[in-house]
Amino acid sequence: MAMPTFDSLNVGDEIPSFTTEPVSRLTLALYATGSGDHHPLHLDQDYVRSKGIKDVFAHGMLGMAYLGRLLTQWVPQEAIRSFGVRFTAITWIGERLVCTGKVVEKLEQDGEKRVRLELTCANEQGEAKHKADAVVALA
Amino acid sequence: MLIDKKHIGMKVPPHSVHLTAWQLKWFAKATGETNPIYFDEEAARKAGLPGVLAPPTFFFCMDMDKEHPFDYLETMGCDLGKMLHGEQSFVYHKPVYSGDTLDFDGQITDIYDKKNGALQFVVKDVKVRRKGELVCDVRSVMVIRD
Repeated sequence: MAMPTFDSLNVGDEIPSFTTEPVSRLTLALYATGSGDHHPLHLDQDYVRSKGIKDVFAHGMLGMAYLGRLLTQWVPQEAIRSFGVRFTAITWIGERLVCTGKVVEKLEQDGEKRVRLELTCANEQGEAKHKADAVVALA
Repeated sequence: MLIDKKHIGMKVPPHSVHLTAWQLKWFAKATGETNPIYFDEEAARKAGLPGVLAPPTFFFCMDMDKEHPFDYLETMGCDLGKMLHGEQSFVYHKPVYSGDTLDFDGQITDIYDKKNGALQFVVKDVKVRRKGELVCDVRSVMVIRD
């Protein structure tokens, strides 16, 4: 895929999106291994039920990692200047996450041409789990 | 109980992490990554990289890679059972790779509350350096529910 250029992009343009496989207990076990976060809220159904929660749920940072993939599938990682997320809802087992992004601003900053993106990770019903923004440098 | 704002400016005990290809391989598998520069040492070398590339959010994992990652909240008297991750952000300066040793140096930079103290926010800013060179700024906002 060709690297997007500053001049070819307009505010409102969407970047290529993807939808994940349903989040499973295996996904969360793998993420615990990969991330080092073994909190029982994400792994141990007996523990969460004892806390009055219906089931284990995804690590928030799993969704942010998916949004990171959305960015690095679009541009090489070294183009990313900043990346931030707000966690707005819990992701439950069985939910697929739809990762989308669009250009919201074109700017020149620190002598570089950059675009600001708004990114969203939502379930298939449209409930936003994470709202993120990223600044990417382009030629 | 409101957290005492005297903790703004408090230093978090520093730590260092040696980044391994093994860890990055599992992170890639967990997140559905298919680009081999994120999990295969040979593919990374062929791409001209010194090691497997750490993906954008992995700095958070390394920041948490210590015996008591939320010791600073315990110092403030917070109940970790009431903690939620509110926000997370990164400013990137240099890419990092398997084989790198990274130093994490953090500080509490803000404490504020909303809804008459029902939600309290603790902001931690961490400088990540490799051999003294700044590679990433990591900001974590933890929320403590009343």
